[in-house]
Amino acid sequence: MNVDLSLKTLMAKASPARSGDFLAGLAAESQEERVRAQRRLADVTLAEILEEPLIAPEGDEVSRLILAQHDATSFASIRNWSVGEFRDWLLAADGEAIAALKWALTPEMVAAVSKIMRNQDLIAVARKRRVVTAFRTTVGLPGRLSVRIQPNHPTDDPKGVAASILDGLQFGCGDAVIGINPATDSPAAMRRLLELIEDLCQRLECPVQSCVLAHVTTALQCMERQAPVDLVFQSIAGSEKANASFGINLSMLREAHEAALALGRGTVGSNVMYFETGQGAALSADAHHGVDQQTMETRAYAVAREFDPLLVNTVVGFIGPEYLYDGKEIIRAGLEDHFCAKLLGVPMGVDVCYTNHAEADQNDMDTLLTLLGVAGCNFIMGVPGSDDIMLNYQSTSYHDAAYARETLELRAAPEFEAWAQGMGIFDAAGRLRGAGEDRSGELLGRSRLLELA
Amino acid sequence: MADNPLRPPVPAHPLRALRRFTDARIGLGRQGAGLPTAAHLDFAEAHARARDAVHAPFDAAGIAEVLQAQGIATLTVDSEAGDRATYLRRPDLGRRLASGSATTLQAGASGESCDLALIIADGLSAYAVNLYAADLAAAILRLVPQSWRVAPVVLASHARVALSDPVGAALGARIALMLIGERPGLSAADSLGAYLTFDPKPGRSDANRNCVSNIRSGGLTPELAAVKIAGLLKRSASLGLSGTALKDDEGLIEGEPASNPLLGRPPS
Repeated sequence: MNVDLSLKTLMAKASPARSGDFLAGLAAESQEERVRAQRRLADVTLAEILEEPLIAPEGDEVSRLILAQHDATSFASIRNWSVGEFRDWLLAADGEAIAALKWALTPEMVAAVSKIMRNQDLIAVARKRRVVTAFRTTVGLPGRLSVRIQPNHPTDDPKGVAASILDGLQFGCGDAVIGINPATDSPAAMRRLLELIEDLCQRLECPVQSCVLAHVTTALQCMERQAPVDLVFQSIAGSEKANASFGINLSMLREAHEAALALGRGTVGSNVMYFETGQGAALSADAHHGVDQQTMETRAYAVAREFDPLLVNTVVGFIGPEYLYDGKEIIRAGLEDHFCAKLLGVPMGVDVCYTNHAEADQNDMDTLLTLLGVAGCNFIMGVPGSDDIMLNYQSTSYHDAAYARETLELRAAPEFEAWAQGMGIFDAAGRLRGAGEDRSGELLGRSRLLELA
Repeated sequence: MADNPLRPPVPAHPLRALRRFTDARIGLGRQGAGLPTAAHLDFAEAHARARDAVHAPFDAAGIAEVLQAQGIATLTVDSEAGDRATYLRRPDLGRRLASGSATTLQAGASGESCDLALIIADGLSAYAVNLYAADLAAAILRLVPQSWRVAPVVLASHARVALSDPVGAALGARIALMLIGERPGLSAADSLGAYLTFDPKPGRSDANRNCVSNIRSGGLTPELAAVKIAGLLKRSASLGLSGTALKDDEGLIEGEPASNPLLGRPPS
């Protein structure tokens, strides 16, 4: 190996193998070359990483943001640590000490240390570093696992969407958000869906937040027209060029953040943003600047944490096998994304998912879901029967959420839990009651969905 | 398989009544936290069908036979991907012609240009292509103007949509039309897409193409699709363009097939 490798090349070659880095021509050519790169990366100091931006700040606002966020004071005590020493420290440190480094750490430092960690390290360290946020519910507390109800419908049919929401609520899901990917991205369509959720939750007196995952500019138009917008959604990535391919920049996000804050709709907190990310997004937009896909993903978290989001999730297996080929690569990427986000103070959830052309199946998703439950993941998706009939991929189901909570003794967000206990969905200990005590009939009656049909 | 007196039939879940509003898998019931056995195996079967479609072998010889019986000549080409595993990992290779294949096309074109190059490609569901592509191609060729010069139908293995560009260019085609297997979903593994590119040449992007998707017996039927595609071909030829600039006044042009909300999903 050339001794004068740039940090960018060293990071790419040290990255655990995945198809996207091979597609980009950045991966190590042999297993041994990869480990040699990891050994060398372990000796690089955190100060050296700070001093060698992977994408020049002059041409990239995400790089400028990363430098502007960096706190030299809290960095002073760790600047001379090597990446290897940083790993050793993380394994032994407590959560509070790790959290104190939030603004000392840059995405590149966190990505670097993840590359020399095993899955077990990623789980053990992330589990210690809780990130708690709130709007109408409080998400991310220890011992809790929240769930987004994802009630998508190919034509945004209101009754079809409402039917999927009810099914989720009777499983005790929805405490992260009721979040719909709209088939049509327009202010009118977004408003219809927001009012549908608002109406349904008022009938049921259910304390949740809603989100229609339309473009940020659509949400801005909705807010101007006084639609009931709780959370503003946007897909984000780790370079200015990649964000431009999504039709956004930082100032648009800032404007939307301020507009949503001004609505003051949260009851227990004021985290009003919801972001999605995913490895491979920058490469697919030809906006990766020769940086490996896991490091590019971690840079997106600098964008996320700038706006104090309630929720962020990586959509880890959605992008397809040319970026993450099989279950093994998807599982690794899910754990990396969760770990890196938590170290940067981002409230990370994971869309544990796959497409039909990936070498993955339900068993791989069971494995990743269980690992993330152990790692203290903030939330997962709940899709009826795992089958998203609008986006045409498979994610975790309401059943999967119930499995994870039961098996790992995790509970819903406290505000939602109290509501679900009142409804008889959960027992006094916060556990989903037996199938024989299913409360669907009551929910259906109170929703008046059949009467309105 | 006899009725078990100890296990009375499970009553339908209260939310089953809402299935009339959505094809989503709601009201499945549960055993503990888990899926009841039948629902679990229903899902497994749908996924298995989709997986088999992705890895189904492309029956180029069978398709050629059907076409040749109707007097339609064929040529067979490969992308640079070479095998299925490489194809899935390297979409860039699936967009490029294997070196021997360029020679095949040059010989087939015999130096003349043409109005239309029709390409049948395996894509992500050779199963769909094996089922529908030969009949659909023949139907389209019956519907285009008789004055059009049409190149031999090209059968392309391990191909992505953008392989239309080098194929169309090598054949000197004014329009390239590719019929290709779409990524299988759980509710349909046999969906075919049709992509039209005016003046095909390497470097064209998706914005330069028009797509008709969800072609299958339970969706947009091949018979109806042939009429729509032929109409689109004629308009593209008379306007001299394709892509976002080719507006569709009959609701023929569909968006990205993987997330196409316009067609909806027919009842299964």
